[in-house]
Amino acid sequence: MSLSAHDKELIVKVWTKISPKAAQIGGDALGRLIVVFPQTKIYFSHFADLSPSSPQIKAHGAKVLGAIGEAVSSIDNVSASLSKLSELHAYNLRVDPVNFKLLAHTLLVSLSAALGAEFTPEIHLAWDKFLAIVAAVLSEKYR
Amino acid sequence: MVHWTDEERQAISSTWAEINVEEVGHQALARVLVVYPWTQRYFSTFGNVSNATAIAGNPKVRAHGKRVLDALGDAITHLDNVKATYAKLSQLHSEKLHVDPENFRLLGETLIISLAAQFGAVFTPDIQAAWQKLLAVVTAALSKQYY
Repeated sequence: MSLSAHDKELIVKVWTKISPKAAQIGGDALGRLIVVFPQTKIYFSHFADLSPSSPQIKAHGAKVLGAIGEAVSSIDNVSASLSKLSELHAYNLRVDPVNFKLLAHTLLVSLSAALGAEFTPEIHLAWDKFLAIVAAVLSEKYR
Repeated sequence: MVHWTDEERQAISSTWAEINVEEVGHQALARVLVVYPWTQRYFSTFGNVSNATAIAGNPKVRAHGKRVLDALGDAITHLDNVKATYAKLSQLHSEKLHVDPENFRLLGETLIISLAAQFGAVFTPDIQAAWQKLLAVVTAALSKQYY
């Protein structure tokens, strides 16, 4: 599955629209992740506060969405732009790749909540594909 | 038997009370057909379901979406026995419709996203979690009669 020119256009368009609220949307997505899929909290055992309103969770969610934004800026070469993060996840963090799908889902929910009717099925499709590509790049060096 | 907290029951019923079953059913089903286009294989008798515009305007898709959401309403009315409530539906999906159970999961996901689009921040993480649990129970019940 690869991104068509139209997919890329939609992805960039949405990013441009949400980037002023990216920190808040990222924080919201990670907050949803730990509530809806509580097993994901094991990766944050070093956080003092593991509630969705936790400042650490919000900050981390913002960081994650920021990195995704970087990938949007290099949408023609996501692999190169996420190379360092890919190594980090493979050799240090070793987050089980199943969780990338879970976060992709909650990120789509957060985008949908933020954009409402503007989060059309076509935009949902483009972002679902894009997040799958990001997940694949992040798990690329795992084995 | 599935254990539901009072908060979960409340989250589910309060959301359900606010939705237009036909509209949300249509949205969720249309999303499945657009985002996971291979699911169009089950709707060859529905006319044109090959692109987003056709899907959005297709009256059979709309009618079917409503049917699916009406069935979800049954599950909500019988939260303490979804498995028995869905026994015949499960058999139908397995033996007559031959639907891959993965599709129940996909529709559950797009329904969550449709609810988020409608309710925005009101669709809190806790409310989302209750709905994800409901849809997981529904998916399990619909998959039960497959052999």
